[in-house]
Amino acid sequence: MDLNYTDEQKAFRAEVRSFLEENLPRRLSDKVAGGKRLTKADHEEWHAILNARGWLAANWPAEYGGTGWDAVRRHIFEEETTRAHAPRIVPFGINMLGPVLQKFGSQEQKAHYLPRILNGDDWWCQGYSEPGAGSDLASVKTSAVRDGDAYIVNGQKTWTTLGQHANMIFCLVRTSKEGKPQEGISFLLIDMESPGVEVRPIVLLDGEAEVNEVWFSDVRVPAENLVGEESKGWTYAKYLLTHERTNIAGVGFATAGLATLKRIARLEQSGGRPLIENPFFAARIAQVEIDLMAMATTNLRVIAKTASGQAPGAESSMLKVKGTVIRQQINALTRQAVGPYAMPFVSEALEEGGNAGPVGPDYAMPATQSYFNNRKLSIYGGSNEVQRQIISKAILEL
Amino acid sequence: MNFDLTEERQMLQDGLRRYLRDTVSPELLARATESEAGHSGALWAGLAEMGVIGALFPEEVGGFGGAGFDLALVFEEMGRAGAFEPLLETGVLAGGLIAEMGDDAQKALIEEIIAGAVQIAFAHAEPGSRYDLERVATSAEPGPEGYVLNGRKAVVAAAPSAQHFVVSARTGGAMADEDGISLFLVSAGVAGLSLRAYPVNGGGRAAEMTLENVALPRDALLGARGAAFPAIERAAARATAAVSAEALGLMEAIRALTTSYLRTRQQFGRPIGKFQALQHRMADMLIEIEQARSAVINLAGHLDAERTERERHVSATKNLIGRVARLVVEESIQMHGGIGMTQEYALAHLAKRLTMVDHRFGDADYHLERFIRLSAA
Repeated sequence: MDLNYTDEQKAFRAEVRSFLEENLPRRLSDKVAGGKRLTKADHEEWHAILNARGWLAANWPAEYGGTGWDAVRRHIFEEETTRAHAPRIVPFGINMLGPVLQKFGSQEQKAHYLPRILNGDDWWCQGYSEPGAGSDLASVKTSAVRDGDAYIVNGQKTWTTLGQHANMIFCLVRTSKEGKPQEGISFLLIDMESPGVEVRPIVLLDGEAEVNEVWFSDVRVPAENLVGEESKGWTYAKYLLTHERTNIAGVGFATAGLATLKRIARLEQSGGRPLIENPFFAARIAQVEIDLMAMATTNLRVIAKTASGQAPGAESSMLKVKGTVIRQQINALTRQAVGPYAMPFVSEALEEGGNAGPVGPDYAMPATQSYFNNRKLSIYGGSNEVQRQIISKAILEL
Repeated sequence: MNFDLTEERQMLQDGLRRYLRDTVSPELLARATESEAGHSGALWAGLAEMGVIGALFPEEVGGFGGAGFDLALVFEEMGRAGAFEPLLETGVLAGGLIAEMGDDAQKALIEEIIAGAVQIAFAHAEPGSRYDLERVATSAEPGPEGYVLNGRKAVVAAAPSAQHFVVSARTGGAMADEDGISLFLVSAGVAGLSLRAYPVNGGGRAAEMTLENVALPRDALLGARGAAFPAIERAAARATAAVSAEALGLMEAIRALTTSYLRTRQQFGRPIGKFQALQHRMADMLIEIEQARSAVINLAGHLDAERTERERHVSATKNLIGRVARLVVEESIQMHGGIGMTQEYALAHLAKRLTMVDHRFGDADYHLERFIRLSAA
């Protein structure tokens, strides 16, 4: 038992930190720290900076242009980038599709798509959920029917995050209605510019159009865009989900959020004194900080196990539940901290260089926005109810 | 012991519920927030015509209600419909203060308020005052004609549509003294008063107010000079009862939506309401909403009690409402899943409005601390 990082790991942390000091544009970190909207170009700019250093694909092996880092280094990298308020890496190509192609894709698919992900030639989005297939993902209905050298795709996907920026989508489609629902699913790569693809924005309760519906009407997809074997898509989908759940604990986000909460609580006045000195509020902050300290170690325990070669199993479900609950508690406290200034909603104030300044302190509206927006944390990527179900089956064997 | 509504109140409740159900639509609410006034002229006129504004005032000033239970029933129905109109600001806060403190000339405004012809907002809280009622920095110095006001007022709800304001300012005492606070009746068009208007989360509009050498005549003073605090505290108590009742109505609406969703949404081949994990959470939500209903009744029934008793109930109720509101908002969104996150679905508006209740007149923790202090006294 040794809670300390090795000298080599400490040196790596210092290297990451100095890279960020020199290369993370202030304009971007200010936007992230200030809760402003990031544009497609902002994300692409940051991806290009990381890619130039060879650090864009932290979870890819070196042979595909990734870093080849072990789980501890990936964790250090995540901690440092969130601490520095770097934009998050858009996960759909790097964290989700990349690992699936590396394991199940054809040589041609790997050679074509993987460099394009790194270079920013393709922006991927995820076509998993459907109106009738949320927690029950295996009931997807979007159909792909073989027609010569192509599939004809019809159906609807939903909750497609940042689909408005994407030119490519990876989809779970139904190629067979025989057998169990899981058995007729295939994994298909679709060019969003194909005739018959339509993207419609969904405005969420924070007023932002972060997610989309994607409709397919007789979309012709070349058969070579099938990943792996037909009707084996469920296996690939599950493999992808285990990668989606790396960093699921969100320790970096929680740590950054806690720092923001404390900063705000120092600036806000309550009864003529800084809010952070109010014993009731201080107790709330302390409670969530204590939970976070323990969860960070739970996270490291899982990471250490992964680094030693064991695949993370149902532990990631525990991390997802606890990690999202902690982040949501921090969001709720931050909203509480801003007091009456949680009320103004001036959408234009989130634009960089917009004419409308914030009402009250500039941290107030992002605090409320994040509270509402992060209700999603316990819903997406397998809702916390689904995670609890996994825990009770896989660990407790109930 | 009788927890039934009187016949008159029952009629008002039935009529109001029917009227709001037939009138309020998501489109009407969206238009109201987008409009410059920040509310719906048609809805305001309709409420006035039904006598809903009059129900907030006692008979002495031309109303036909004004008791805690009148407030509770009106605001619960507004909440159930997700509606927002300047009822709280005009009818309870500013109107209530004028009814209590005003001279005959000032009280003449009440008739116009009840008729729906005039709206008045209460400009009291300031950028650093958070929820403390006594924390007033805005100053009222003696001037050639009467008074000169200088200061800033924060998140003045329903300010954009108001023709008048009741403005608090210090004529004496230090920043956090209860003594030395005065109220003034100020026309919205007076020189030196400016507003920055904006929409608020959950619907409606508010404004930041700047008062720069606002010259007022002597008769702008509302009530006795420097002695307004007790009336402000009473008005805030009534307003707390009103928003708590509104919160209760919002909770009931959210419960109905969520229950119906659990019955109809199918996953894994059955309605998700058949899963025991969700059944138990819904049952807990129901229990807590009944607690909220009792808390509203407690406060509505103690608005005329002596100060400490009344204020203990203010803090007890607002604390409980704040806690239950958060539970109801978070659980209802979670049990809906993705659809509960979308602006288009009815839950989003109700959930945001319910969340914002905790940011008016003190949040759950503010009132927990205050309840302890008042209980120790």
